[in-house]
Amino acid sequence: MSDPKDFVAGIDSDQRHSPTRVVFVTRRTSAQVKVTSEDQVQTYPEVMFRAALAIELLAIALVLFSLFFNAPLEGIADPTHTPNPAKAPWYFLGLQELLHYFPPVVAGVLVPTLLIISLVIIPYFNVNIEANGLFLKDRTKRLRLFYLASLGMMIFLLVFHVYVAVPPTVLVALAMIVAANSTPDSPSRLCRYLARRPLAYWIMTWFLFELIVLTAVGTWFRGPGWSWVLPWRS
Amino acid sequence: MSGKTDQIVEQVRSSRVWRSVFRSGTGNSTLHRALAIQQNIFLHLFATKVRKRMVRFSATWYLGTLTFGTFLILVITGILLMLYYHPSVPQAYADMKDLQFVVSSGLFLRNLHRWSAQLMVFLVFAHMFKVFYRGAYRTPREFNWVIGIVLLIITLLLSYTGYLLPWDQLAYWAITVGSNLSSSVPLVGSKIHFLLLGGNQVNANALLRFYVLHCVILPLAAILFIAVHFWRIRKDGGLYVQQSEPKARAATESTLSAKEGQ
Ligand code: HEM
Repeated sequence: MSDPKDFVAGIDSDQRHSPTRVVFVTRRTSAQVKVTSEDQVQTYPEVMFRAALAIELLAIALVLFSLFFNAPLEGIADPTHTPNPAKAPWYFLGLQELLHYFPPVVAGVLVPTLLIISLVIIPYFNVNIEANGLFLKDRTKRLRLFYLASLGMMIFLLVFHVYVAVPPTVLVALAMIVAANSTPDSPSRLCRYLARRPLAYWIMTWFLFELIVLTAVGTWFRGPGWSWVLPWRS
Repeated sequence: MSGKTDQIVEQVRSSRVWRSVFRSGTGNSTLHRALAIQQNIFLHLFATKVRKRMVRFSATWYLGTLTFGTFLILVITGILLMLYYHPSVPQAYADMKDLQFVVSSGLFLRNLHRWSAQLMVFLVFAHMFKVFYRGAYRTPREFNWVIGIVLLIITLLLSYTGYLLPWDQLAYWAITVGSNLSSSVPLVGSKIHFLLLGGNQVNANALLRFYVLHCVILPLAAILFIAVHFWRIRKDGGLYVQQSEPKARAATESTLSAKEGQ
């Protein structure tokens, strides 16, 4: 630094919270305050107390529930007598529903593996880190890609007769169309919100909707031979 | 009366024995409170201070904390259930009946374990989505997110292996349906299937394997990874806070980029 006046200096001091901070900013860079110091509480006792309270309330709720509702227990395991339908635990029923449309390699191996891989790479994938609204940049190009992708997905689902997966897909696609036609300063709060959502948000939301719908269908609406049943009719 | 109790508590806490165990000493200064966390091997996983904003219910909905709560309940009830359970055929099923009709509070114990397990699976998913939607997976928290995925898988496996243990029709066929999927893995499918069950179908060997996984290996793995998960929260700088950028600036920036795109 040849020119001694090539920087500005500042001091921040709040001894109750943090040691003194000295900051030097050179003229060539522009300073931007990203985080301002904010109020903190002590883990002991404040946070510990709240966590303990939360867990106690949870325990009370579970104890009450367990007093009134009994865990299921059927007859002893009998390999010669297959129940119809034989269902996996509820959190796998989404996958079992897919098993109805696709061969086991796809529904039982490929889909779970891809799911885990995509969940793991979420924070490493650049598209996901981007926090800007999907359609705020390159609008025409991205809109075209979006239409292509949604059309492809719809055709795929219809070809394999996976009709249950269609409503969530349509719902998310409609929300994305609203997002594409809104600006971040639109008068409607919902439009403002949707316009700012990045791609990662849309993919995860689609996954969440599919998860809920497929699991619910597998749990309540499937009966003997994996045919449709109404849960209140049995 | 409370004055008297306070006095006794104070006496105990300043006694030599107490102080040899809890080295932080008594007092309610900021320093003492910080030491209470820092000087304890378990609590040391956490930071001594937390941003006030992140303690609010709305920040996390306490979903991670509650997931941990269900895990604690499961460990306690699980150990008690182990006192009455034999992982053998057909004794396992008879033990379920005993829990129901002979052991005092046995039915309640089993209910509590079962419902907590179901809730834990639900809460893990809810926690994952909550973390995602508040953007808390971004740098430098990427790896804690990955540890979270490992915990998600461990939780599912814990629940799944536990599902077989009652040895009733529900258990037997659910595990049959699930484990059959493993034989559709290309090339090594039938080997994996055999390894998992200790046979070609769900039988007494499978019960024993699932029991060992459910009561020893998976809980240990869960405890280990939960510890790392908590420790990483401190190392990554505490819970993620949304940076509240000045409203006006954010708006101009996005309109600018919107124009650029057209
Ligand atoms: C046994 C399962 C789990 C337990 C006991 C657990 C516990 C916790 C707790 C207590 C917190 C503190 C904040 C909060 O309550 O949200 C937390 C934060 C976090 N969890 Fe989990 N968690 C588990 C599973 C997961 C899963 C499945 C994921 C995601 C895939 C995950 C990702 C994270 C991340 C990234 C943070 C940091 C959030 C931040 O910095 O704001 N965890 N976890």
